[in-house]
Amino acid sequence: MAGLTETGVVERLKPIAQRLREDVIRMITAAGSGHPGGSLSAAEIVTTLVFHTLRRRAGDPTWAARDRFVMSKGHCVPALYAALSQAGELPEAELQTLRQLGSRLQGHPDRIALPWVEAATGSLGQGLSIALGMALASRLDGNPYRVFCLLGDGEVQAGQVWEAAMTAGKYRVPGLIAILDYNKVQLDGLVKEIMDLEPLVEKWKSFNWRVDVLEDGNDLAQVVGSLDRAVAASASGRGPTVIIAHTVKGKGVSFMEGRAAWHGKAPTAEEAERALAEIARG
Amino acid sequence: MAEATRVSFGRALARLGEDPRVVVLDADLASSTNTKPFADRFPDRFFQVGIAEGNMVGMAAGLALAGKVPVASSFACFLAGRFEQIRVSVAYNRANVKLVGTHSGVGIGEDGYSQMGLEDIALMRTLPNFVVVQPADAAETEAAVEVLLRHDGPAYLRLTRQKVADVTPPGQRFELGRAVVLRDGRHLTVAATGGVVGHALAAATELARSGIEAAVLNVHTLKPIDAATLEDFGGRTGGILTVEDHGVAGGLGGAVCEALGESGIPVRIHAVHGFGESGTGEALYAKHGLDPAGIASAARRFLDDRSGAGAARRAAAGASHTR
Repeated sequence: MAGLTETGVVERLKPIAQRLREDVIRMITAAGSGHPGGSLSAAEIVTTLVFHTLRRRAGDPTWAARDRFVMSKGHCVPALYAALSQAGELPEAELQTLRQLGSRLQGHPDRIALPWVEAATGSLGQGLSIALGMALASRLDGNPYRVFCLLGDGEVQAGQVWEAAMTAGKYRVPGLIAILDYNKVQLDGLVKEIMDLEPLVEKWKSFNWRVDVLEDGNDLAQVVGSLDRAVAASASGRGPTVIIAHTVKGKGVSFMEGRAAWHGKAPTAEEAERALAEIARG
Repeated sequence: MAEATRVSFGRALARLGEDPRVVVLDADLASSTNTKPFADRFPDRFFQVGIAEGNMVGMAAGLALAGKVPVASSFACFLAGRFEQIRVSVAYNRANVKLVGTHSGVGIGEDGYSQMGLEDIALMRTLPNFVVVQPADAAETEAAVEVLLRHDGPAYLRLTRQKVADVTPPGQRFELGRAVVLRDGRHLTVAATGGVVGHALAAATELARSGIEAAVLNVHTLKPIDAATLEDFGGRTGGILTVEDHGVAGGLGGAVCEALGESGIPVRIHAVHGFGESGTGEALYAKHGLDPAGIASAARRFLDDRSGAGAARRAAAGASHTR
């Protein structure tokens, strides 16, 4: 039964993730700058969160009991904007205003500019602390909501992430669920060469986190399954949870995949065309 | 009753903490910053995060975005050191966080420079939506805590380690952004803030003995600065001497210069130059001229220079030893 349900969910999410990738490419191309690599690696995670996991009420970004989603790797916010557009929370045409003067779609998330953005991020390393604060508030208020936090892999080189991890472990906050987009590439090159994170599972475990490893964080079935398990664990008082999702930087566009050069560069019109054709082929 | 403003803060927080929205965070300094009385009274709403101030600031932002009124406390210097978290997680998010920095200035004494908040006002003032308050005594601190907890928006409260004299007149109302006139005068205005306001008042008494009538303003709110009162007194008395236990750049002096830059009113900044060091608080105040005698002589020099006598004196001295 569970398997069948999951298949149904995956079938529903698949075209959404594909469209999200297309929108990411279109937005960043129109803007002339942005971060395609990490937006594409997180496509399945963001899609699953927004269209399957998060408890939210359409058109009501300030609903008190909504689940919170803090995108700590703020440079990948085009993925969130694209998801919000498909969710009907953002006019599709507005996506093309990304990074323009006066646009609500700031280059990095701004909660004042745009509802549904829970926290301004982009100065990396800060989002998990914010998410932890929200999760503690939720507990003080009788656990009305869960808090999800998307971390970049390069980002967890920041000491503050481990300060937050240690504190979340101390306070045993089951309502906090972090997802680490482990795409192996950061701005200057390979994560393992710049500052290796391994052994990563042991690090989080030693901080009293429940750890779930996704061999393929670009596989919707795995992402759905893992987030479902994290939510179930949260409901039974287990956590905090970190989902370590092995992903591919630039996933879905062959010439971007695994390439640091595409961390923060906009495609040309011709490159965008090739990228969109590849994404369309699936 | 002389009391350290951090002690007044701790008492006020434990009292006002009955509001269930108030949560308090500390980074292994609760016994020093005096958040401990709150922690003892409301343990469920107190978060001890250990020596990890950046995370504390971020957690406070998250708690605020979820509707709580977090008070995050540490030494002023350690909060200032987490400026990047304050800038993005708190200020840019418009998070309703109250940061409380104790152990401000050289007045802390023996612990030396690494524990002295000397740059914190300068940093916090740069954030567009921050309110920055430095009360002068116990009564003003209690009033400031109450007002800041009610104020909707990020704020920084700067407090002393050492005891400070009472200066607030009985019945004085605390109004954010409104300087308190402690003494009127004709010859110059001494605008002081924080723990040295009492010293400025004592200096004015000393100056009065030699016929110099100095007005004394207690500028408890550094941001927004009370430009109207400063301009009024500066204009009437011919000049403003700012007095503070903070580095010379960007503190009260900087705020007054920014506010009065086009007024033509001369402003002289009397503050801490260079790094602090170990010593008793009294010795450090004497060294930096922030004791009553030092403030009085700074006032005399300022008056001298304005009258032209100082320029003549310097010219004469310059003839014997130029540098």
